Amino acid sequence: MTLLIQTLIQGISLGSIYALIALGYTMVYGIAKMLNFAHGDIIMVGAYTIYSTIALAHFPGWLGVLSAVVFCGVLGVVIEFLAYKPLRGAPSLNVLITAIGVSYLLQNIALLIFEGKQKAMPLGDFDFPDLKVGNTGITVTGEVIFTITLTVVLMIALTLFINKTKMGKAMRAVSEDKDAARLMGINVNRTISVTFAIGSILAAFASLCYGMSYAYIKPTTGSMPGIKAFTAAVFGGIGSIPGAMLGGFVIGILEKLSSAYISTQFTDAIVFGVLIVMLVVRPTGLLGKKIREKV
Amino acid sequence: MKKFLSRINRRDALTLLVLVGIFAFFFIMLETGAASNQFKNMIIPMSYYILLAISLNLMVGVLGELSLGHAGFMSVGAYTGCFLSVMLVEKFPELPMYVYLPVAMLCGGLMAALFGVLIGIPALRVKGDYLAIVTLAFCEIIKTVIINLEFLGGAIGFDTDSIVPDRNKALTLLPYAAFAVIVSAILIMNLVRSKHGRAIMAVRDNRIAAEACGINVNFYKVAVFGIAAFFAGIAGVLYGHNDVLLKSANFDFNMSIEILVMVVLGGMGSNMLGSVIAAVVMTALPEMLRDFSDYRMLIYSVMLIVIMLFTSAPALAGIRERLSLGFIKESLQKKMAKKAEKKKAGKEEEK
Amino acid sequence: MSERKTVMSVNGTEMFSPPSNILIPTRDEGKKPVLDVRGLGIDFGGLRAVDEFTITVSPTEISGLIGPNGAGKTTVFNLLTNVYKPTRGAILLDGHPTAGKSVAQVNRMGIARTFQNIRLFDQMTVLDNVRVGMSNNIRCNFAESFLRLPGYFKAEKRSRERALELLSIFHMESEAYTLAGNLPYGAQRRLEIIRALATEPKVLLLDEPAAGMNPSETHALMESIRQIRDQFGIAIVLIEHDMNLVMGVCEGIAVLNFGKVIAKGTPDQIKNNEAVIEAYLGRQEKKEA
Repeated sequence: MTLLIQTLIQGISLGSIYALIALGYTMVYGIAKMLNFAHGDIIMVGAYTIYSTIALAHFPGWLGVLSAVVFCGVLGVVIEFLAYKPLRGAPSLNVLITAIGVSYLLQNIALLIFEGKQKAMPLGDFDFPDLKVGNTGITVTGEVIFTITLTVVLMIALTLFINKTKMGKAMRAVSEDKDAARLMGINVNRTISVTFAIGSILAAFASLCYGMSYAYIKPTTGSMPGIKAFTAAVFGGIGSIPGAMLGGFVIGILEKLSSAYISTQFTDAIVFGVLIVMLVVRPTGLLGKKIREKV
Repeated sequence: MKKFLSRINRRDALTLLVLVGIFAFFFIMLETGAASNQFKNMIIPMSYYILLAISLNLMVGVLGELSLGHAGFMSVGAYTGCFLSVMLVEKFPELPMYVYLPVAMLCGGLMAALFGVLIGIPALRVKGDYLAIVTLAFCEIIKTVIINLEFLGGAIGFDTDSIVPDRNKALTLLPYAAFAVIVSAILIMNLVRSKHGRAIMAVRDNRIAAEACGINVNFYKVAVFGIAAFFAGIAGVLYGHNDVLLKSANFDFNMSIEILVMVVLGGMGSNMLGSVIAAVVMTALPEMLRDFSDYRMLIYSVMLIVIMLFTSAPALAGIRERLSLGFIKESLQKKMAKKAEKKKAGKEEEK
Repeated sequence: MSERKTVMSVNGTEMFSPPSNILIPTRDEGKKPVLDVRGLGIDFGGLRAVDEFTITVSPTEISGLIGPNGAGKTTVFNLLTNVYKPTRGAILLDGHPTAGKSVAQVNRMGIARTFQNIRLFDQMTVLDNVRVGMSNNIRCNFAESFLRLPGYFKAEKRSRERALELLSIFHMESEAYTLAGNLPYGAQRRLEIIRALATEPKVLLLDEPAAGMNPSETHALMESIRQIRDQFGIAIVLIEHDMNLVMGVCEGIAVLNFGKVIAKGTPDQIKNNEAVIEAYLGRQEKKEA
């Protein structure tokens, strides 16, 4: 029982990271109708930004996070402007390949600057005390509490932003029908830029959480969490924001459960297997809209 | 009308000619010893990447379904074929390569095709990006399972050193590679230009209309999964025989992406020439950039982005039009016609 | 033209007639109907999109399905081709029920159709579009295709010749090697008809074949529809808003409103039918009055 609860909490924590990244995938997909494969690498960029500001420039921890948030946000917008915007209207597969090119580019720039050797994340400022729950033997580590709290706060903020602000309304309109939104006077280009910025900022926060749980980073760090988060976004129904949150948690919990109870080696296979079964049963994900083709 | 007919055939014929040319070039380079070590190491990879690109183009360009799991089919072929070769060589040390390698290729291909069909059936339910993620997931599952199979070497890798004993591997394997690639290309192109190929393209262009024309869409989708996987499996067998150690981790989604990049760059669709050329260029490119050592992959990625922007940005459509072969041909023809007219006019004046 | 104006044997003119053969052209007398649809209906959510749809079509009849926008005409076609599974009712094609069959199987049984929003294979040539329609009528297995055995060349030759023959109905042979997506609108509509014919149907469903055509094109289409019926000896059901075409070419007409058949009869009967005028044709007159 203790193990189960511990595992579930760890799963929620891991799922939080996935959910934060998945939100970026799903928002960009919903609004720009593209799979931004470079999104996973934004986490890596965020992690290295934190590393540089804290370990190399010796700034305090909060400044490291702030600079990561700013840098990733700007980077997301710049990437969109340089690489994706010229391709608007091109076949989606060509945009996908470009995104892959951007992903390689980010990884290789990081490789040039920081070299392949892994670096320890200097997150001493974020050392929170562990929480022991009475005499049940359950311990919740500080980073888990921090991760979950941060994620919940960010998700509430995002939901409020999308539902309450003018820009949020514009985003929903653009994701529904780009042309109609443009006719209604919405600046589609700006809306897409903002979407990329928000997605990247969430990824920057994810990189903080990732760094806290895994402690080490290298240029390919973003790759696997990126794919897992992408899986989570698809699992929840790509394009759906609640879907991405839910998908992230489900994938995270599933991963921790299967490594705790079944086999650590087969964890990835199990997670992907469940994903396939899920998609076969519900072809557009948990909360994805069912598209009916008009004949 | 007849002109066009011969043009269809000419397109495939040109592809074939280019393929034969490529392999003839490889032979000459190897036989004369003109090939550098670097080039030697590129020859077999180029061969299997050509085959991978063509077979993925059948899936993505002809059927119109995005697959990110091609490396998975390749690994099934590689492990099946290499396992068989290792067994055969162990049991019958005298067995010549021209017996066991083709057997390995065929069995590797068939096993991959079986996996293709097995994956194709559930994949029928999902479409587009969801299908891409399902194929990716299958690829990752295959990878994970193989890593955990002890008799296939587990995480250390599967030792395939014994099956191609020759020191000069490229030259030993080249005839098999050439045969496999050229024959596979012919088979695939034949299929595309047949009734079945038309049915597959019909599914791509308009699934609902294809159904209304009496085409069994599900059958063709699964069939293409199987066929594309078959040829990817053969490519995998080549890959395995060229390497000394098969590592399951290499067949990850990055490899699938690499193949997809070739297909997209080469131009998707019924014409396979683009895939062939893109496969050769994209395999050679990272090697050619080796002189830039650290900057190699950086340049590669920048080139990839620039090429994609150049080839598909809607704003650049006009420039592409001007640079296209058809346009150049047309303008040349116009010039020739003008010249001929001038000549004619001149002659008439002389008269 | 006048000789084609077949005399109808009108047995009854009651509106909500039971599945009776009110409109059998004399040449089809005594023949079993090729299409027998009984009480067909489908619900979308709570909405009865089509209800109690009953018609019979005799083997070489040209009949029309008309009605205001949103009346459910295309839905009827989707039901007839099993794109939608009917909630109620039965469809008998040549006496065989089509229930439970896939869209492709229904086509093979003998129902072919065109689409209101044109659905061609845009990246393929006109000729290949027609050949796709012939897929089930040319024998060429995978081995023959892969290896280019003699059977392949025979099949290719035969299908090419046959496709060109079909294209000649609309004088489109010269366009055979154009990409279908590059054809002008009217030609795309005609190509869809040819592609449907290539599947060798018993019943041809045309969904607004004259949409977007100018009067002279429409007139030519009218002639072609009759020619197709005569040449292939098949039944044709068409949805159309162009009343000149419907009244000029159809032998029997069913009028649909809010998913229900409100009238059936010959063109003359429909023209003078009160219910039809009120529901459909007369709307404007009312406004004027």
